[in-house]
Amino acid sequence: MKDINDRTRDLGPFEPKPGDDMVVCRCEEVTQGQIRQAVHDGLFTVAEVRRYLRCGMGLCQGQTCARLVKGIMARELGVSPDELEPASSRAPMRPIEMSVFAKEGGRDGE
Amino acid sequence: MESNVTKGTTADVPSRTADAIVVGAGIIGCATAYYLAKKGTSVIVLDACDVIGNGGSTRNGGGVRQSGRDPRELPLAMYAVKNMWPHLSDELGADVEYCQGGNLRLGKTERHIKILEGLRDKAVAQGLDMRMITGDEVRQINPYLSDEVIGASWCPTDGHANPLKATYAYYMAARRLGVRFYTGMPVTELRKVHGRVRKVVCPEATFEADSVIVCAGYASRKILASVGIDVPMSNVLIEALVTEMEPQMFPQMLGTADADFYGHQTKHGSFVFGGDSGLEDVNKDNGHDANSSITAPAICRGILRYIPKLANAKIVRTWGGYEDVCIDGVPVLGPVDEVPGLVVGCAFTGHGFGISPIVGTLLAEVARGEKTTLDLSAFRYDRFHARA
Repeated sequence: MKDINDRTRDLGPFEPKPGDDMVVCRCEEVTQGQIRQAVHDGLFTVAEVRRYLRCGMGLCQGQTCARLVKGIMARELGVSPDELEPASSRAPMRPIEMSVFAKEGGRDGE
Repeated sequence: MESNVTKGTTADVPSRTADAIVVGAGIIGCATAYYLAKKGTSVIVLDACDVIGNGGSTRNGGGVRQSGRDPRELPLAMYAVKNMWPHLSDELGADVEYCQGGNLRLGKTERHIKILEGLRDKAVAQGLDMRMITGDEVRQINPYLSDEVIGASWCPTDGHANPLKATYAYYMAARRLGVRFYTGMPVTELRKVHGRVRKVVCPEATFEADSVIVCAGYASRKILASVGIDVPMSNVLIEALVTEMEPQMFPQMLGTADADFYGHQTKHGSFVFGGDSGLEDVNKDNGHDANSSITAPAICRGILRYIPKLANAKIVRTWGGYEDVCIDGVPVLGPVDEVPGLVVGCAFTGHGFGISPIVGTLLAEVARGEKTTLDLSAFRYDRFHARA
């Protein structure tokens, strides 16, 4: 059984550390301390932390912070970063206005 | 040791028996586990996926809606809105972003208004405050809606919440109460011992409990088949999108008579909308397993006809998910007579999120052999019959 799948694992009490105030996800202003706390609360996958804290959910969609979040989580979990699957990348590649997106695939002139 | 740590596979399953096993760690499974643990029942939760809540629970539109529900399901929604959602954040110790902003179901044609009146009549018959309002009244409630809207149904006690927050809030609260969660643990079959359900078999380990609650979405069907029970449902793709953060514009949940889109603005400021292209049933996989680039633009076209002000709002993300759609449109909930100890909660048909607090409560009551808070007889697993 993979370590991240045993949610009964006791990671020990959450202890504040220097750098907890550092903003890791700039789009959604999520700090290192919030990410570490979420791992201690049982969120062991990148997808869970992203969905709960919104890190990687802003305008850049995690293109800046994804690796940092993974590294912080891996340290907290005591696993290699390679063990953590990245969150799914989703279309569109860049934010796109609704009025522009709406022209795709419809009838001509709409 | 060091090499084992880098593989990340050091752990054996530390504990394999409990009073109850919940199969499926979506919001229904997490809520059921939470309410069981709160009453002192020891619980193990198993999920096939590595990620908690990776099915519909974290992919839905967040509606906490009573209007438009099937009359069988409406009492559950009304109970949850009256007694559970208002203080769920306090109960779970995390903000689930519940907002009771009302629900506007919009109409643009006389045919739409007829559909909405039909929904209103059914809801009013069961005591829900739901009324028809004119286009002008609609725009007094929400000034951003276009002049094409000629009327709507209005249910002031409906609302929305954040399904991501709510799912993980239930998970974390259950975990704090000692519930043992194992992910990446697909259940392949259930086995009876002395006539009662007892063993839950996974490739890596076999678990045992006095009662087993199966709430694994569409995957429930195969699991239940191992003890001879079938729930007639299909796995239906649905897609959604979210915008960047916008200034707060309106608190209502929106839907349409034509069901071309639905959605709301979140506490964060982004707008979440769901909908379809109309071609899903006949896509290249005949309605299965194919996400499509044509859907999100179709949802955008729907939205802009109702809310033209959003023309410049940027879409940052789109995603798909699956609904476990029941053949008669309401879920299967409750005990299974032929398999004592087995409890089912599946086939939510795309509207499970809003009723998840009360469903979790009811499934926990059933598993513990208690009298249920609400009658579940309309949701029985054996209500389906072939043509006579």
